[in-house]
Formats: sequence, structure tokens, C-alpha cells
Amino acid sequence: MSVETELKKASLSPTYTEDPGKHPMDGFLRMDRMPHIWCSTCGIGVSVNCFAKALEKCQIPLDQVTVVSGIGCTGRVAGYVKVDSFHTTHGRAIPFATGLKLANPKLKVIVFSGDGDIVAIGGNHFINAARRNIDITVICINNFNYAMTGGQVAPTSPEGSVLSTSPYGNFETPFNLPFLAESVGAVYVARWTSLHIYNQTNSMVEAILKPGFSFIEIIAPCPTIFERQQKMGDGLDRLRWYCENSEIKHEAKTKDVAIGLQNKIIVGKFVDKTRPTYLESMNEHYKEKLGARYKPYEG
Amino acid sequence: MKADPTGVLTGSHYLDGDHACCEGALAAGCRFVAGYPITPSTEVVERFARRAPLVEGAIFIQMEDEIASSIALQGAVWAGKKAMTVTSGPGFSLMMEHIGLAAMTETPCVFVDVQRGGPSTGLPTLPGQADMMQARWGSHGDYEIIALSPNSPQECFNLTIDAFNLSEQYRVPVMFMMDECVGHMMERVVIPRADQIEITPRRYTKLPPGQYLPFKPGEDLVPEMFKAGDGYRLHVTGLTHDYRGYPVMEPNVQETLVHRLVDKIRVNAPKIWRYEETDVADADIVVVSYGITSRVAVEAIALARKQGIKVGMLRLIVVWPFPEDRIFELASQGKGFVVAEMNYGQMFYEVDRSARGRAPVVLAGHGGGTVHNIEDIAKKIVEANTCRSKRN
Repeated sequence: MSVETELKKASLSPTYTEDPGKHPMDGFLRMDRMPHIWCSTCGIGVSVNCFAKALEKCQIPLDQVTVVSGIGCTGRVAGYVKVDSFHTTHGRAIPFATGLKLANPKLKVIVFSGDGDIVAIGGNHFINAARRNIDITVICINNFNYAMTGGQVAPTSPEGSVLSTSPYGNFETPFNLPFLAESVGAVYVARWTSLHIYNQTNSMVEAILKPGFSFIEIIAPCPTIFERQQKMGDGLDRLRWYCENSEIKHEAKTKDVAIGLQNKIIVGKFVDKTRPTYLESMNEHYKEKLGARYKPYEG
Repeated sequence: MKADPTGVLTGSHYLDGDHACCEGALAAGCRFVAGYPITPSTEVVERFARRAPLVEGAIFIQMEDEIASSIALQGAVWAGKKAMTVTSGPGFSLMMEHIGLAAMTETPCVFVDVQRGGPSTGLPTLPGQADMMQARWGSHGDYEIIALSPNSPQECFNLTIDAFNLSEQYRVPVMFMMDECVGHMMERVVIPRADQIEITPRRYTKLPPGQYLPFKPGEDLVPEMFKAGDGYRLHVTGLTHDYRGYPVMEPNVQETLVHRLVDKIRVNAPKIWRYEETDVADADIVVVSYGITSRVAVEAIALARKQGIKVGMLRLIVVWPFPEDRIFELASQGKGFVVAEMNYGQMFYEVDRSARGRAPVVLAGHGGGTVHNIEDIAKKIVEANTCRSKRN
């Protein structure tokens, strides 16, 4: 079944709740855990909302959905979504998700975590899971800093970013995440900002339905720290800035989408290709090598 | 319940301890191994990688490092598999944070450490027993684990099954503390029929979603489990959490949770303790040992007996929790102790603590790289006997 068919089917699906007394996202969120910890106009909540909509559109039974997070502001997502959820250790959401997915391939496993978690402390796991084409979706909220600990420089902080551990401005070259993801084998790579809620949602649907390692980077405001430290105004100002300074370029070459402090942000769907997942390769290979002695692994 | 016959290689085999450990895991129902190569443990995962495709439902993955291995197995456990990882000193050091995660989230799983000489890269191909305290205390914060130490390939098989069973019974990570000698020595290993192998199944809840609280303990202080995909839609976190699994940053919740994590092993310790005593009743001196060193100690004891010293042996099989009551009992009877181990004093401190000043405790230790000289242990037996005579 193609992603296009799935999307078409999804667009016909009913909305989440008919009860006017309830928030339409109630069924997706642990309302007994509200209020959440995120700051006003932080971009993480926007993506959680998009994620809930994406799940609804995918029409996957929520019992089969599992969200795994690491540590940090985005790491708290797992605690708020009403599916089986695992809040693991710093940087290690991807290998935990790998274990979950391989042990039960029927699960839809989504890793929701921050830039520091995914590509600094967890960088080794990110590149290896993409290389293996583990069938999981990684949603990385990139707010350019370690926000939970008070705003330290990250491997994603644009050059010149003033943060508590780069008080004179960052002089390191940051990661270009879509380029990294593509080069290590991700089959689906997209980038959006917190402003692009429809595009973000649609990308999440595509990524979740796509077999293999899919990656979405969301550029999100961190008004309490990043925008304040860069004197960029509040979250709303930042969304305005995204509006004026982001450019949709589907299939842009990922090597060209690096982010500078004041440069245009190129967004869009950059990679959408197909190659066998880890389990497909494994089953195929063992069938060839071991013949009838091998029963295809199904969990 | 009885073992699933698909994983049981019934028969008489000639195996090294590493291979026997792998067969023990398969017999115990382990169907997921995440590992990273490291001497002298690699043969365990090599065998699992070869066996897994031929055992239905089993899967092996070689991860990118030990950190990844030690958490991938926990993902697999929450998806319903029995799982283990295998390593040696340097890798064991990297796994520490996830031993804490498994303790905090009460994830039943097995960590195998085939010990080599340390610290750091140390002696990759030669034996050590210096990770014993790390197994107990290596991760930050308060928690308890269970650790076992086999002294033969046959025990590598038998005790690996016990390690899985204990991890399921108490929902703790279990450390399987082998050493290079036991891992690489080849002996006869008899694998019984599946219907002769007792297996502890996972303690899944029977309560329906909505009524079940994932971290509310039962009478033995252990909560029942759920797994991802069963419709419970619950949360598991390494943060301090309440019965619902929700993070709560309050001292009273910390007290309730962490006290229970510690107590579920401490209170049940008498049921978990396991040791083997030889000629202890009439002994003046008891040699406490474990792993390969216990087999060398047997020779030293024979030598000392020839010299007229009444020596017995207490071999630790379950190392953690430590059988402190039994050591105190023996110390109170006026017996002295020699602790023989391949380190400069680890379980020695436990014996000394448990004796509570009532008996001399002498260390027969060395830094690893080879087993003890029999004479060195025998000399320590003489020394302990002299100390004991002076005290009495």
C-alpha cells in the first residue's frame, strides 16, 4: 500500500472526539499530567499537537504506537502522549527503540527527542540506526541549545550563538542534520519549523507510514533561552521570522541546507526513497543462507 | 513453567563457559541478545548469533557500543522478550547508567560480565575478579541487584537459567559475574530435557487497562508488568515515579519508590542467598571464594589440611545479596576467614563487615592475570589460623 493511498484514506477519517466539553486532543494526551512543563510559545507543544493529528490521520490503532524519548525538554514528550511511552536515558532513546521494534515488529515506534539528545550524546546511535535502516521514525526538535539545563551551546547551535557555555559566541561548525541523516542512510528526511504545522503533520504521517528509518527535524523556538540570548524577541517574533525567512524547497540537496544564525532556513521534504529495512534484509539474507531451516522472524 | 524445547540443546556437550552461558540463556527463554564484541566474552554472542536464526523468535543484534547494547535489551524486554547483553570490564563500565535504569524501571534482564584484569583496558585476555563491587554499586543512586558467580562451564549453563529466573521473580537486572578462566575452560556440560528445566515466567498483570497501576507492588514488594502493544498505554520513566509511573519530584515519592527497590531484595535476601559449604562444621578457618578462584582454593585447603589446619570452604554462588547472616553465624562460632579472590579486596570487605569484629578475616588477593598460586592461599590460611589462635 502506497503512502499516497494511506494519505487519501486518512483524509476521510473522522475527527478525534465529538464531545464539545473536551479538547480534541484529549484522547492522545495524558490530561491528568497537565499542565506540561514547556514554556509559553515553546515549539515542542506545537509538534506534539501535530503528532497527535498525524497519528489520527495514519489511522493506526494507538495501542500499537510507542513513543520513546531521551532526556531534555523534548524528552518529556513521552510522558504526555497517551500511548505506551518510555522516557529513557540521555541520548539513548534510539537504541531503546531499536530493541522495542526488533522484539515486536508490529509496534509503530516513534522517537521524539531534542537535538542534543539525538545528535550529540546520542549521535552514534543515530547514525547506526539510520545505517541499519531500523524501521522507526525519529522526530528531532531542534531549538539550537540545551534548554533543560539552562541554555548551553549544542552541536546544532549556529555559529555566533551566544549561550551560557559559549558566552562570546559559538565558534564551532554546527551539524546540518538533514545532510547527516541522508548521508548515513535515512530513507525519509524532512525539515520544518514550528510555523509549518500542516507540512509538519503531513511529514509525520508520511514518516510514520514509511518503512525504514525516517527523520524529521523541527526548528522550534526556545523563547526563554535561545531567542532571548540572541535578542531575537519572543516566540511569536520568532515565528514571524520563520515566516519571512524560511523557504520551502522540496528535494533540495541536503548539503545546501545548513543553518546560520541569520540565514534563510530551507525547509521541505528532502529525501524519500526506499531500501530494505533491517528486518527485511535479515529475513531475506537468512532465507537465502539457511533455506527451509530458517523461519522468517516475526517477533 | 517448563522451558520451551525450541531453545534447549539437550545432550552431553564439551563446551567452554561462554558457550555454556549462551545455551543457558536460550534454555531460559532468552530470545534477544544485543552485544558488542569484547574479549573474553565475545564467544557468548558469537554462539548466540549463530544459534538465533535457528531458534524461532530469537534475534541477535550487534550494536554500535555497549551503551546501546545495555539499553536495546531493555527495549526488547518491554516489548515482551527475555533479553541479555554480554561484556567484559571496559564494556561493563559503559553499561552502568543502564543498570540503574533497569533497576529504576524494574526491567528484568541479565548482564553477563566475563571478568578480565583491569583497570582500564588492563589484561583483555587474562582473568580478573575485580568487577564485583562495580556489579553491586556501579550505577549512581541507591538500588539493589542480584549477582551470581559460576565456577565451571556446567554452572555457566545452570546459573544463567537461574539468573533469568531471578530477574523475572524480582524484576531486577541480574549480573552474571564470570571470569576469563571459567569463560574459556572447556568441560562436559550436560543439558537436560526441556521438561526438566524450571522457568520463571514474566509476571504480567491480569488486570485490565484502567485498573492496573504499573508500579504498585504486590506483597513481595514486586509490581506486576505490562508490555508495549497490549493496550495499557502506560508510561515508564527513569525519573522518580509514583504507582502510575508518572514522574513526581517529591521526597515522599522518592522514599516510597527507592526504599522499595532496595527492600524488595533486602527483605527477600534469605530466599535469594545461595552458597555451597564444604567441611565447615569442624573447621577453624573458612575460605570464602567464588568463580575460578574457588577451584584453586580447594587445592590450598587440601594442602593446609595436610599441615593439620582444620579448613572448610564457603563458595559464594549468589554473590549479591551477600549472605551476611551466615558469615556472622560462622564468625560467632569462633571461625576465622580467608577470602580468596582475584583482586586486592572486594568481597573481602563484605566478609569483614559481616564478621562484625568477631573473627579474623585475611585477604588472599592478587591483581589478576592468572589464578592464585595454591601456596599463596595456603599461607594465608596459616596466617588466619595464627591470628585466630592468638585471639582465642
